[in-house]
Amino acid sequence: MIYEHSRAGRRAMAQAPSEKVELAGIPDAMLRTSLPPLPEVSEMQAVRHFTRLSQKNFSIDTQFYPLGSCTMKYNPRACNTLASLPGMLSRHPLAPETHSQGFMACLYELQDILKTVTGMHAVSLTPAAGAQGEFAGVAMIRAYHDARGDKERSEILVPDAAHGTNPASAVMCGYKAREIPTGSDGDIDIEALKSALGPQTAGIMLTNPSTVGVFERRIKEIADLVHAAGGLLYYDGANLNAILGKVRPGDMGFDVIHMNLHKTFSTPHGGGGPGAGPVGVSKRLEPYLPIPMVDFDGNDYRWLTERDRPDSIGRLSAFAGNAGVLIRAYIYARLLGREGMHRVSEYSTLNANYLLKRLMEAGFDAAYPERRASHEFILTLKKQAKELGVNTMDFAKRLLDYGVHAPTTYFPLLVPECLLVEPTETEAKEDLDRFVEIMQTIKQEAESQPEMVKQAPHTMPVRRLDDVRAARELDLAWKPGD
Amino acid sequence: MPFIPHTENDIREMLATIGVDQIDALFDEIPSELRCGELDAIPPGMPEMEVSRLMQKRARTDGQPLCFIGAGAYDHHIPAAVWELTTRGEFYTAYTPYQAEASQGTLQLLYEYQSMMTALTGMDVSNASLYDGASALAEAVLMAVRGNRKSKSKRILMPRSLHPSYRRVVHTIVRNQQIELVEIGYDSDIGSIDRTELEHYSGEDFAALVIPQPNFFGVLEAVDELTDWAHENGMLAIAVVNPTTMAILKPAGEWGGLGADICCGEGQPLGAPVASGGPYFGFLCSTDKLVRQMPGRIIGKTVDLDGKTGYALTLQAREQHIRRSKATSNICTNQGLMVTAATIHMTLMGGEGLQRVAAVSHANTSKLTQALTSLPGVETVFKGAVFHEQVLRLPIEVTKALRALAAHNVLGGFDLSDDYPELGDAVLVCATELRNEDDIENYRGKLERVIQSQVQTPCQLKPDW
Repeated sequence: MIYEHSRAGRRAMAQAPSEKVELAGIPDAMLRTSLPPLPEVSEMQAVRHFTRLSQKNFSIDTQFYPLGSCTMKYNPRACNTLASLPGMLSRHPLAPETHSQGFMACLYELQDILKTVTGMHAVSLTPAAGAQGEFAGVAMIRAYHDARGDKERSEILVPDAAHGTNPASAVMCGYKAREIPTGSDGDIDIEALKSALGPQTAGIMLTNPSTVGVFERRIKEIADLVHAAGGLLYYDGANLNAILGKVRPGDMGFDVIHMNLHKTFSTPHGGGGPGAGPVGVSKRLEPYLPIPMVDFDGNDYRWLTERDRPDSIGRLSAFAGNAGVLIRAYIYARLLGREGMHRVSEYSTLNANYLLKRLMEAGFDAAYPERRASHEFILTLKKQAKELGVNTMDFAKRLLDYGVHAPTTYFPLLVPECLLVEPTETEAKEDLDRFVEIMQTIKQEAESQPEMVKQAPHTMPVRRLDDVRAARELDLAWKPGD
Repeated sequence: MPFIPHTENDIREMLATIGVDQIDALFDEIPSELRCGELDAIPPGMPEMEVSRLMQKRARTDGQPLCFIGAGAYDHHIPAAVWELTTRGEFYTAYTPYQAEASQGTLQLLYEYQSMMTALTGMDVSNASLYDGASALAEAVLMAVRGNRKSKSKRILMPRSLHPSYRRVVHTIVRNQQIELVEIGYDSDIGSIDRTELEHYSGEDFAALVIPQPNFFGVLEAVDELTDWAHENGMLAIAVVNPTTMAILKPAGEWGGLGADICCGEGQPLGAPVASGGPYFGFLCSTDKLVRQMPGRIIGKTVDLDGKTGYALTLQAREQHIRRSKATSNICTNQGLMVTAATIHMTLMGGEGLQRVAAVSHANTSKLTQALTSLPGVETVFKGAVFHEQVLRLPIEVTKALRALAAHNVLGGFDLSDDYPELGDAVLVCATELRNEDDIENYRGKLERVIQSQVQTPCQLKPDW
């Protein structure tokens, strides 16, 4: 705890203004009467403390991180270095367009690149993350229906396997979320969809490849059914890495999509963010795109605001979203170029299918063994759980001991004892082979010494934590005297 | 292949294992009529060297003008160690700490962040971040509507002295939930919330009153009276604060008799560069009572099997990945890396350092105000005490004046004529601790010449001096 190094009167002297000026003109009653209780440490103490903390993390730069649905691929360092050039960092968000042409050129070109890879008619970059992109997308669906006087539509359909953000975003836009079951082959249950569609349907939110890691083969039929009912189709771009340059959401019939640039376009995940969740739309939804956007007249770039786009759903952040993340994604796209886009989906899919095949050969069960894996796949460990009493969480924790971040566990909920594994295109074959060996080893351990596996991890900075206590005896901040 | 390690031999072996003869066969479940062609509109890939040249050119294009704009994004000194540490791969390339045992670095750091934010704001609890200040206010509004036990109202009192973009963002985010934002004007003499207008709503049913400190004009609001007024009328008090001011001004948790119920704002002044508006982070703090209504990640301290201290995501039953359509918010990815920077920033500045930054910024804005109002026809618009921004009225058309200044590499402030046309030719100026006396003199001298040239030849936009 940084506060343990704190001593009254100590501080990193080089960092604050050396003069101590009096506060003139502010009434005393408005002033703080005591020093805010922040840590009082030297610069070196701070550097050591935070360096040591960093060493308690798994990360892409240090470990294989096959966290399904999160696309934890290598984040090229150039993206950070070039997005941090002095001219980029010092540009004030409200600087005039005359002093923003370089920055705006990057955004404009990124809008174009994203339009091309998704097959959408127009793109707005402003949503700050996937969930905010979802919010924007559903708000546009609502704006579209409202503008047509079609106000009775009250439901957004979501597959039962959908990311939790989907139903939560629908509710934030004032809709009810209605779940559609997934069939035993991993595709959506078309009959259930048909019976759910009706005049109350505002739209459907789908991920394709879906969250169970397979391509929704009847997507065209689904699109036709939803459109015939007067609803619109929303594409959750969490799995765009699987299809980049192969098939485009616009061509599948989607009306609105969001992309997760921190997944597909390799911007860093930063211990929880920031991300960026640009939205793309078909022509009929273009007027509703969130602002600001960038326009180009052949000579100059300019902002599109409320004035240009009176029907926009509006602004989602004080300025233009996570600009620095957008710049990183732009740099990544320029490094890859058009030929690199195909490779992303090709090698992420190759890696996933190879890893799945090897794991199946090693005695693990795929949740959908008859299906081709996309860029990720689901294992179900229900056999191991039943026979050995060692469940998915135990496997996940034991993986940590072997220096591998656990895949996503217990999502989607409909597959019992599941592990959602996404190796990404940037992992080498030998790292995938090593993962298979580790999984085999853990399986053997589960047979010979199950208690040891159930107690894992054993080599991390802490052992399994008491989550119940964390929630019951809430301790959310250090207080003086702790 | 950039960032793809596969050799020809690897590919052959992997395809053989899978049992297909080419990579494209792996896409055989995609209906062929849907497959797309070449992405010709995207330029071909470039090596890092060339992309570097391109980006250097773009960055140079925008120059590094002398900037006196604040308006929600403030240029402060950031210790070199902040981003040196923040961009360590172990912070930069980790994700949401779902596997607590392998994420104690991020989790402990977030707990320390929560501790520092509550220390600064005087509130009981903090979450682990939201997207930015404006969207944090939108979440605060939703939280107040859910959490106000005395009122079922979905109406919120929202002052016009609040940042115009914040008002727009809140409108975008809450409008589909039938929440009504009722605007209160500002006192045209002082520049703070119009108390007479506010009194009209006394006794009416609202979920919350939003109280900015300082407000968009830089003016300090009478936060004690406003907080008490809100509580007397059964409303929650939502504080929207600049975190730098919390080092010198009364913290939100101590406003009035009971303190603000929710305190949110833009975290950018704590270690994030202005950088075109993002990524920044929104912070959100509240009283203990409201913690279960909070959106976003919250980190709790607990123990492991051996009784050793550890940190974990907690109260997850509020969140979308557990509660789905009944979650407090749809937020998933937040602004973790920015919070990492902020935590290191607050540590290096300490309470004393932040106080000095705040005090010097306040003093520099006073100096700037003095220098500019020494010019004939330039005057302050409001009488209220300010923090580090000030509204000035110019004797010439403000839009043209700012354009002329920009042509000479001075960004003279935020043009208020669009959002507050009633103020006339008004500009919002800001001088943080980074603007020294030479900078202020540079601005004064150039504004003097712009005024002279505009008065003499009103149409000339780029005087040739």
